[in-house]
Parts: sequence; structure tokens; C-alpha cells
Amino acid sequence: MLFPTLFVLLLSGQTFAADLSAFKAFGEKAGLVKVVDDLMINLLADKRTKPFFEKADQVRIKEKLVEQFCVELEGPCTYTGQTMKRSHKGHDINTAHFYALVEALQLAMAKNEIPERAQNKLLAKLAPMHKDIVNK
Amino acid sequence: MKNLRILSCLFFCATVWHANAVETSGKLLLTGGVTQIEGAGGGGLTPWAFIGGYGTRDQVGASAYYTNVVISDYHLESTGALIGVYDRVEFSFARLTFDTQKIGALLGLGEDYKIKQYVYGLKVKIFGDGVLDQSSWVPQVAIGAQYKKNQEGDVVRSVGADDDAGIDYYVSATKIFLAQSLLVNTTLRRTKANQLGILGFGGDQEASHTFQFEGSLGYLLNRQLAVGVEHRLKPDNLKVAEEKDWSDIFIAWAPTKNLSLTAAYTVLGNIVLRDDQSGFYTSLQLGF
Repeated sequence: MLFPTLFVLLLSGQTFAADLSAFKAFGEKAGLVKVVDDLMINLLADKRTKPFFEKADQVRIKEKLVEQFCVELEGPCTYTGQTMKRSHKGHDINTAHFYALVEALQLAMAKNEIPERAQNKLLAKLAPMHKDIVNK
Repeated sequence: MKNLRILSCLFFCATVWHANAVETSGKLLLTGGVTQIEGAGGGGLTPWAFIGGYGTRDQVGASAYYTNVVISDYHLESTGALIGVYDRVEFSFARLTFDTQKIGALLGLGEDYKIKQYVYGLKVKIFGDGVLDQSSWVPQVAIGAQYKKNQEGDVVRSVGADDDAGIDYYVSATKIFLAQSLLVNTTLRRTKANQLGILGFGGDQEASHTFQFEGSLGYLLNRQLAVGVEHRLKPDNLKVAEEKDWSDIFIAWAPTKNLSLTAAYTVLGNIVLRDDQSGFYTSLQLGF
């Protein structure tokens, strides 16, 4: 049977030790800075996400995003920002806004030629955060 | 034709609503699925638990499609539309036209005799988010029903079918394993449809519903492009012909949320008098 075999493969594919391959595929921290710079440009260019970022402290947000992405990719960083719940409190964020940010990130990663598998690894880590971010 | 008008009207109304600046198309590319052969959001052969169209839980989405399947001795067309409401409920309609080509003459129906069937579909998402819930193994699960009405009652009874109408019930579990770039879908269907219902429902060999398994496995090459395989087990109700499982290998491309194209090579096995039916499946979908 094809499906049980694949499930076993998927399960065994989960690694437990730090796997730096995705972090390296992003070009480490310098690569993440570029991706996040482009992400912010995309967020400000999209009318769905612009209202949330145009008056915010963009430099600080970018710095925290780089830290967060680095941690999620198992890189040697520490996240010093607020919890996702706290940092999004008071903003009316729906599922479409969340997806709009994912699209902005996908475009930023594509522009920086991040390999697809590494892109999806980061997105897989960020996606569950919708529970703390979407509040409408 | 009346059915098509109702559906095209619904699609048109949804489009006008869409054009009136209400936010829509919030979901990610390809996560609305394409449209399967019987009109539900899914792969090519099997429904998925994802609600068709690009509407999020605050939005309405819709799509219309045309699918053309050219196999060795037959030609099947499927056209229809669906509406996804709040990423929770999906209403769909499909019209299938099965052209018997030269086999029609051998069956005494006449060359190019066409069998038409309408399919009215309903799907409801029960739980889970197959795209966003990446921290758990829980898939997105939906249940659905497809009411099918074949327009050639006398013909399907003449090949041994009991009825010209029937309802398929299904439960689908779908999940994107994003870290692995994989999409996995499994569907369990309770059906008595012979060749989707094109040859009627139930038959002289097996009169009642049976459970059939269907699966899709996709690999996400990038956010616009996916490749994969599907397999669909089928009942075998008629004495006149042995119905085989269906399978395909596909590529789906969504350059924008308004357009997707699917191409597949499909293997359908025996279909009345002819073994080893295989050929190309192409599908165009417009929507939001």
C-alpha cells in the first residue's frame, strides 16, 4: 500500500536534532535580513496589510521578524520580542489578512531565490501561529 | 439546460458581489483545489475536504470549470460551477456528457450517442484546517453528498442498471504537510453509481451501495504549481462489463487566483466493450 508507506516515511522524516539545512538555505542571518526587508516592502505595497504596518515601528518589527524566523529555522538566535498574542492584540486581523502576510512572505522568499522546500519549512513553522494572530 | 442557467446565474451573482469591492480571494493559491470530474472542489477524480473557491471563513468564493477527457474509445466532458460559503459549505453543479463515439453504433444506440448526467453536490467542512494547522497531524475533514440524475434512463436500464438516479455520500480528510511540500487526501465514498452514474445506479450483479476508497497525493513544486497522482476504487455492479479502478497522474498550475489549468494522464480500464481505456484529461477553471 502506497499511503501507509508514505505516512511512515513522513513520520521518520521528522528530525529531532537541530537541522541547520533550511537556515543555511536562507543564507543564514544575512539572508533572512534581505527576505524580511522585501517582506516589509510587500506588506506596505498591499492594501490589505498596509494599514497594519505603515504607522508602526518598521525597523523594530523587521528586527524581531528576523530573530523569530531565525529561531524557527533552528538558527543560533534568541527571540526578544513579545508573544504573538500580545503583539497582535487590539488589531482586527482576520484569516485573509493572515494569508496576505503569507503571500507577501512567499513573494519575498521567491525574489531572494530561497529553495521551495526551505520556504515551506519556514511557512510550516509560522502557519500554526494563526491561532494567536487571527482574532476576528 | 435549466440547471446550467441556475448555476451560471449563481456564479454571475457571486461575481457581481465580488466586483462590488467586498473582500474575497483571501486563501492561498491552489488551496481551493481544482474541480473534480463530478463538480466538487478537489483533485481531478476525487473530492477533497477543502472548500472550493478562494473564500476564507469571512468570505464567499466561486469557480466555474470545463473538463475534457479524451480516452481511447470515448469522450467525456464535464462542465459546471461551485460556490464556497465562509470556507464551510460548498454547493456545486456539474453536467457530464459521455460521447459513446463508434461504440454507440455497436450498442445499437447510434454512433456518437451521448449520455448526459447532472450532479448536484453539497459539502460541509466538519473540523480542522488542512493548510494552517501545521503543528498537528489532524487533517481537515468534510462530509459531502452528490445527487446524480442520469438523463438516459432507458439506456442505462438496458445495460442492466437498476436506476437512473442515485446519491453518493463521502467523507474526505485532506492535509497539506507543508514542511514536506506534500498534500495527502483520502476519501471514503458510499456509492452505487456505475462509471460515475453514466451507466446508471446499481445493477444485475450488485444492487446496493458499496464503500469505495479514493486517494490523492500531491507534491507542491511552488506556490503556483503542483504535481501528483490519484487513485479511485470503483464498484462493479453490472454483468455486462467489469468496472475497473481509475487513476491519474496530474499537473495543476494556478498562475493567479482567477485561473487554473490542470492536465492529467488518466487510466480508466474497461468501459463497456472496450478494455484499457486511457488518455488525456485537461481542465480549465475560472474563479475567485
